[in-house]
Amino acid sequence: MFASLAGVLFDGFAFGMLLFLLSVGLSVTLGMMNFVNLAHCSFAMIGGYATVSLANRYGWPFLATLPAAFVAAGGVAIALERTLFRRLYRASDLDQCLLTIGMVFISIAAYAFFYGTVVQSTPMPSYLKGSVQLFGMSFAAYRLFLIAMGLVVAATLVFALETTRFGAQVRAAVDNQRMARGLGIDVDRAFMITFALGGGLAGLGGALAIEIVGLDHAFALNYLVYVLIVVAVGGLGSIGGSFAAAVVLGVSDMAGKYYFPWLGAFVIYLVMVALLMWRPVGLFGKR
Amino acid sequence: MEKGRAEVSYFRAQARWRPLELAFWAATLLPFVVTPSYLSLASQIAITALFALSLDLLLGYAGIVSLGHAAYFGFGAYSAGLLSKHYLGEPLTGLVVGAAAAGILGYVTSHVIVRFRHLALIMLTLGLGLLLAEAANSASALTGGADGLQGVKMSPLLGFKFDLYGRTAYAYSLAVLFCVFLVARRIIHSPFGLALRGIRENATRMPAIGAPVLAHLRKVYTIAAAMAGAAGALLTQTTSTVSLEVLSFGRSADVLVILILGGAGRLYGGIVGAIIYMVARDQFSGLNPQYWYFWIGLLLVAVVMFLPNGILGGLSALRKKPQ
Repeated sequence: MFASLAGVLFDGFAFGMLLFLLSVGLSVTLGMMNFVNLAHCSFAMIGGYATVSLANRYGWPFLATLPAAFVAAGGVAIALERTLFRRLYRASDLDQCLLTIGMVFISIAAYAFFYGTVVQSTPMPSYLKGSVQLFGMSFAAYRLFLIAMGLVVAATLVFALETTRFGAQVRAAVDNQRMARGLGIDVDRAFMITFALGGGLAGLGGALAIEIVGLDHAFALNYLVYVLIVVAVGGLGSIGGSFAAAVVLGVSDMAGKYYFPWLGAFVIYLVMVALLMWRPVGLFGKR
Repeated sequence: MEKGRAEVSYFRAQARWRPLELAFWAATLLPFVVTPSYLSLASQIAITALFALSLDLLLGYAGIVSLGHAAYFGFGAYSAGLLSKHYLGEPLTGLVVGAAAAGILGYVTSHVIVRFRHLALIMLTLGLGLLLAEAANSASALTGGADGLQGVKMSPLLGFKFDLYGRTAYAYSLAVLFCVFLVARRIIHSPFGLALRGIRENATRMPAIGAPVLAHLRKVYTIAAAMAGAAGALLTQTTSTVSLEVLSFGRSADVLVILILGGAGRLYGGIVGAIIYMVARDQFSGLNPQYWYFWIGLLLVAVVMFLPNGILGGLSALRKKPQ
């Protein structure tokens, strides 16, 4: 019982880290710019397919494809932000929702066209396969890697936002856009970089998700719900909140699948609805 | 006294039937004569239009964004299906039961829904929709799970059997759509409907003129849920089956697309959107569904960027321009 509990907690924590990587970008863009980007997981898909293409067609090592996934998704995010998204920053929630849902549909069709509808996988290097013995228990090496990545990204983001000059500009732009502009901060540029960062992190998450949940053309829609749950529950723009929400949801999803398999995804939705009813602005939301 | 009469005449002018509307409803009878082989499609269109009309009350008039409206559609569909499978197959009873069941669910959930706005509202409606879909999937003993509800037997409607060509089905769906449309039209042109529009425009100012915002929103949410349930019951009865798809996120998204395409906040927006969407989907049915969604996605992007009020909004803007 104890071993299985520890196993569930470990797997749930690793899954939570994956959810955190997938959703932290959305938390930042949504919280900062009030832009409801339902196409966030499409950026994750760009990263995922970049990794699959580079690893399977050109034989890149897996670790080398991760920065490429980040850059590819971030680049597309910049292009879309410049052409489409920025024109809707002041539009209603509904318009933003609809535009980005449209983009989800387009991306799903585009990937079905180029890559087919089979679940993609990518070869793992030998040091990420198998398991590691620690304290008399075995842990899957890839999940340990995932947890390390999640912790590193969380620490880097917190550090970057709290201590750097750019982070200060971003926080100023979030708190009071007009005042920040008045102080000479280039809010547009700050927003563009943040958007690129959000898209890039989603791409990284998408690349890391391949080994755990697989990657197919419907990824953009299937994981959208999880990502939205993390963001809405964690609170907009709060990195710590996203982290906590991702861990709670990852663990409760794993525990639900392990102990109550017949309930399916019911548990995770129930947790979300209950948490939202209790705190509509999220666990760590300020507004 | 004078002022009161002016108000009454304002409502009368708003509620007057225009010739174009009469022509439109007369044209809905054309499929019986012109395209008799497409009557099942026509009844599907009428059902979808009814569903879109119910979302229009919420989204277009009351300003409640919902990404999980299929919950009520599906609840009505399963209620009507279970009734006809286990107890009696009389269609009108099933219709009333489906609408009532969905209305009750709507009333219960409305107490939660109306207190939220913006992202939390979108997430909650999405969450409730997914929750219900998962519940139906888990309770496979009751709902048949992924195989769908089998064995729905419909008895004849007022002596007319549901035939293979969909003649009864279309007449039935169209009649229900028209009746519900009359109700919706009456609601929208009533002081209650006007209050809803006021809430949509400024929810914080409405209490100042004495409008009970939450009670109004609960009322319209319940009405819209019952309408969606009626549409679901119609789908069950005209197709004699219920699948999990009636509760899916895809259906919620589709009806939103339909309404936005036609024009939200316009009485005919959902109906026009349903006609265009369903006919186009039927024409492109040879296309792989994935590629169909490519065009829907492109259409959504185009509508949001260039036609913010949908097709009907664009048309009325065109008509006003020359003047």
